[in-house]
Amino acid sequence: MGDSSMSTDDIPKGKQTAVKLAETDFAADKREHDVGSAVADYWTRVRSGDLGAIPAILGLVGLVVLFTALRPDTFLSKGNIANLFIQALPYTILALGLVFVLLLGEIDLSAGVASGVCGAVMAKLITDSGQPWYVAVLAAVVTGVVIGSVIGWLVAWVRIPSFVVTLALFLGLQGVTLKLIGEGGTVPVRDDVIVAIANKNMPIWLGWTLAVVTALGYGVSQFLRWYRQHSRGLHAKPVQLIAARVAVVAVVLLLGTFLLSRDRAPSPLITLAGVPWGVPLVAVLLIIATFVLGRTSYGRHVYAVGGNAEAARRAGINVNRIRMSVFVIGSTLAAISGIVLASRLNSVAPGSGGGNTLLLGVGAAVIGGTSLFGGRGRARDAILGGLVIAVIDNGLGLLGTKAYANYLITGGVLLLAASIDAIASRRRSATGR
Amino acid sequence: MAENGEPVLRLAGLNKSFGPVHVLHDVDFTLRQGEVMALVGDNGAGKSTLIKCIAGIHPIDSGSIEFDGRQVQIGSPRDAAALGIEVVYQDLALADNLDIVQNMFLGRERKRGLVLDEDSMEEAARETLARLSVRTVKSVRQQVASLSGGQRQTVAIAKAALWDSKVVILDEPTAALGVAQTRQVLDLVRRLADTGHAVILISHNMNDVFEVADRITALYLGRVAAQVERADVTHGQVVELITAGRSGDLGLAPATAAETI
Repeated sequence: MGDSSMSTDDIPKGKQTAVKLAETDFAADKREHDVGSAVADYWTRVRSGDLGAIPAILGLVGLVVLFTALRPDTFLSKGNIANLFIQALPYTILALGLVFVLLLGEIDLSAGVASGVCGAVMAKLITDSGQPWYVAVLAAVVTGVVIGSVIGWLVAWVRIPSFVVTLALFLGLQGVTLKLIGEGGTVPVRDDVIVAIANKNMPIWLGWTLAVVTALGYGVSQFLRWYRQHSRGLHAKPVQLIAARVAVVAVVLLLGTFLLSRDRAPSPLITLAGVPWGVPLVAVLLIIATFVLGRTSYGRHVYAVGGNAEAARRAGINVNRIRMSVFVIGSTLAAISGIVLASRLNSVAPGSGGGNTLLLGVGAAVIGGTSLFGGRGRARDAILGGLVIAVIDNGLGLLGTKAYANYLITGGVLLLAASIDAIASRRRSATGR
Repeated sequence: MAENGEPVLRLAGLNKSFGPVHVLHDVDFTLRQGEVMALVGDNGAGKSTLIKCIAGIHPIDSGSIEFDGRQVQIGSPRDAAALGIEVVYQDLALADNLDIVQNMFLGRERKRGLVLDEDSMEEAARETLARLSVRTVKSVRQQVASLSGGQRQTVAIAKAALWDSKVVILDEPTAALGVAQTRQVLDLVRRLADTGHAVILISHNMNDVFEVADRITALYLGRVAAQVERADVTHGQVVELITAGRSGDLGLAPATAAETI
């Protein structure tokens, strides 16, 4: 027990020194694990409905195998793998914002069209008003904050169900995009910086450096945390589980960098290689969101309100403020998603962010493991789910499926993910987890 | 800080009305450190109103509240918490999706800079549970959803004890529990008092009251019928105090008891 690092403000000295923990107390927290018991521990959690990342990873592997079998020449081609990552970017960012909303058991049906409005604001400012990219991006983000604040205010203080508020905004905001862009038109985006997000790549050395640094940083932080918990006799995950997790993350990072660092130019005259700039953007957003949800009291309060709003209120948490804030975060990330989508398409159309964009965003979050019932979910769910969605989107494109089939399949995937969530949730309440 | 046996909380001449309904009449009530005070009374006798006045949920109309020898105003639940008054409500205020440590520190997380200080919170939660001799929890990092009713009640009570609280108010803590779990919770209530807290226990169950309480306050239609040592009364007398406001020499004067009906 490190005496200097322990805060003793809240408990008077006399009581604290009087406590002597018995050997048997909190046995499960101090159990030493070997590989077998670590696996058994993990399996027990999975069986009780705590599925974690398993459905998303199985789905990802299954879909990759399926599409590779159906389109062996194109699906795993160098160019298409890069496409996959770029396609995943906007959904992933949208889903990251939706994770916050879903954690409260709320829904934001307007997130897709909000991304369209914000993209349109940015495109108009750059193309029509000749503003520099940073002014346009700032304006788009502020638009997102405003939309989120309106939704949050209506939900938290006027107390309209979020489903109704955001359904109304889903319709209304499409009108705003239409008005901004004009019927039938599209606004091209030619600003170098904006276009670079989805269309330009980092130098290969930088991609490798970032991948190695991220993998090392993740590994070191995980092991340091384990060591600290273990040496203070606190609850710690089995070190074998942490090692496995760090190994998986490192392999994925390095493999991804390797795949994207190959020359994927269709013609031998030019080279096209490196990690697209949008990937580190998503990585930074993921790290921030993970930190906020896992390590700050704000994040703790989001989970608490999602789990039991009355308990949170009695604990002195300002429930309305939390409720409003998640919609602001959701719409702000939707704005960033709109910017990335505009970058990928080099333009913003009146229908941007409409259609099945939202469905794919919610689908990504839920497939990743975020519960629609509130209180359960992580930032990384958006990334895993976003990749699954991108694989489906991309694979169906390669298969040349008709539009009607695309809608049917995407809707079916969302229903499947929601069913897994509902069944897992029932299972959790049955086994008390 | 008060020594064991000294009054922590003293209410004098407390009145509370909701519109035309006079719910509490000149209530006098004294709570000493290190004791379990059972608060009994029939439905509508004013038990809930009384604890809500102490907890700062209802403002009082008249009367005085003395805490630790000082005259205080309790205007909000925050004021009550700042004084060291914690209430454990019947419907437990725990979030199922958080673990025991997270629930115990909910709303009052320890931080180091911007970051939650999980290690120190986990240690403090364990120490509090150990101090209260809670032996039924295998891991303080298990989710509350996985706990039994008795364990949840235990966590809720331990949460109240964590905050260096002087007064802990328990609203029917054993109402929904089985025999063994009731046993656990009553033991915990006793230890809470033995570790220097003053405990108000609201209960309808006379067995619980006689098992764990040091003194008993019986409310009858908004008046204190009697505040007695447990050793001085029988089950029957307490039941009479609850149902009729008087029992032999104890309780309200016959005229008062009759008039309040």
